[in-house]
Amino acid sequence: MILSVQGLTRHFGGIRALDGVDFTLGRGELVGIIGPNGSGKTTLFNVVTGIYRPDRGSVTLEGKGIAGLPPHEIARRGIARTFQNIRLFRELTVVDNVRVAYHPHVRYGPADALLRTEAFYQEERRTREQVEEFLTIFSLSDRRKELARNLSYGDQRRLEIARALSCWPRLLLLDEPAAGMNPSEVGKLMDLILRVRERFSLTVLLIEHQMRLVMGICERLIVMDFGQVIARGVPSEIQRDPRVVEAYLGKGGSNG
Amino acid sequence: MTVRIPRVAGNILKALLPFCLLTATLLLLESREYLNPFWIRIIQLSCVVAVSALGLNLIYGFTGLFSLGHAAFYGVGAYTAALLMKGFVGAYGEESFLPAQAAFLGSLAAGGIAAALLACLVGLPTLRLTSDYLGIATLGFGVITKVLFDNADSFLPQLGGARGMTGIPRMTETPWVVAGLVAAILVARNLVHSTYGRALVAIREDEIAASTVGIDIFRYKVYGFTAGCAFAGVAGGLYAHLYTFLHPSNFDFLKSFDVLMIVVLGGLGNLSGTLVASFGWIFLLEGMRVLLPPEYIEFRWVIIPLLLIVTMLVRPQGLFGRREFPFLRGKVYR
Repeated sequence: MILSVQGLTRHFGGIRALDGVDFTLGRGELVGIIGPNGSGKTTLFNVVTGIYRPDRGSVTLEGKGIAGLPPHEIARRGIARTFQNIRLFRELTVVDNVRVAYHPHVRYGPADALLRTEAFYQEERRTREQVEEFLTIFSLSDRRKELARNLSYGDQRRLEIARALSCWPRLLLLDEPAAGMNPSEVGKLMDLILRVRERFSLTVLLIEHQMRLVMGICERLIVMDFGQVIARGVPSEIQRDPRVVEAYLGKGGSNG
Repeated sequence: MTVRIPRVAGNILKALLPFCLLTATLLLLESREYLNPFWIRIIQLSCVVAVSALGLNLIYGFTGLFSLGHAAFYGVGAYTAALLMKGFVGAYGEESFLPAQAAFLGSLAAGGIAAALLACLVGLPTLRLTSDYLGIATLGFGVITKVLFDNADSFLPQLGGARGMTGIPRMTETPWVVAGLVAAILVARNLVHSTYGRALVAIREDEIAASTVGIDIFRYKVYGFTAGCAFAGVAGGLYAHLYTFLHPSNFDFLKSFDVLMIVVLGGLGNLSGTLVASFGWIFLLEGMRVLLPPEYIEFRWVIIPLLLIVTMLVRPQGLFGRREFPFLRGKVYR
């Protein structure tokens, strides 16, 4: 078990965005979270990654409680994420977007940077090699000098995943990775997610509305509605679950 | 940290080269009287202002912290260095050349450190604020500092208060301003082109994203702010010993806008632009004193704003956009 969430609750004013959410993730699993808009999926990500503090409940990563820690601390402990409304460093190049994420792992001090010591050059070279490796995996190599804001939408989504991975996470949270992608791009993204999970022995938790992706690659699903988990199970069970059909698939599930 | 002496020594030698070249050129122009003392003074002041502006660019241009208190930190550096140097001269006299130069170096460092410490104190509570509020808070700090300078004579008579501080030895000669500028450029460039500089820029671009890739945004804001203010402190020390007279009105919060203007004109997050804009600004401001006939001298305040407006319309991204001079590109590979 890599992640365990128990009784997680978060209010915004009178709204219970999260209302006692429980779930666990096994090592190496690929789990999807689905649910109607406003059901608390993104809030769940925000609480798990430390952007919001929970009001109640616990989040445990590999046996250690992380609820309430600041986001950078949680990132350093091995959770990386992407955002629903892409948050790239827009004025930085593709290379720098990925390189920034190495910051916690860079082993030279400010004095090395100022004096340009051997250690500085070695680390920069090592970082560069690893960045290039990620860019190759995500087929962004030929765009390396481009500013992030000039990338196409699909490239921006992939760059965000590349940046998340260069934090060397054990758990990757993807918030609607396929949003705005056309069917062929979604197909490639599904391959990519499976490939990087294998390659970096990751556990993946993703929020997605595109049923083709959810049903295609997720091994297990968690369904949320009004801040609560209303169902969980393998995709084929979920598709038939009457509560889910009522909350979600009944309205918009047929377009996948 | 593994410091291999040859590489570091090589880097220091490489830094000495531009210093020697620039100093030699300026001294030559000075001694052959190609440049009269007035223009030499303007060049010296430009270098000092450039040091301060590089600091503000670190704060605002690279880290994205809107600070309106830069002149206050400049003033703190100026008064600190001047006070120490005056104390030294009072005790040992001005004649001994080497000890006086060493004491001056120490005073400059002290000016930088005093500004940095104060920046830390101011930053710890205010850097949690978002950008606009930070601007107001630093503005307030600037006003308080000015009042403090005005009344400084009540606790330290040497500081002169509202009458101004006199009797500061003239120490800031061409080699000192060139050394200050070269050092500031190298520090800024090497910092910006490293993982630390990239962390600062990431914070400017998107705080939430920066924090989720493991950057402690609050800590790095304090670092960026402190480092930038240290530049202002050193520049202030140079300034004090250039004009040998300090008055609180030189560090009024309005003076913060001068530096801000230079940084914005030159381009946020662009070192080359800051350098060119610093020199351009001082040349315009002071140079027009001699270029314009005396009865039209106040037209400076028509011409400068017009130029500002035109520049901002034509080059809103700054003078150079994203391009840098070759020596400012900061290669991280060999």
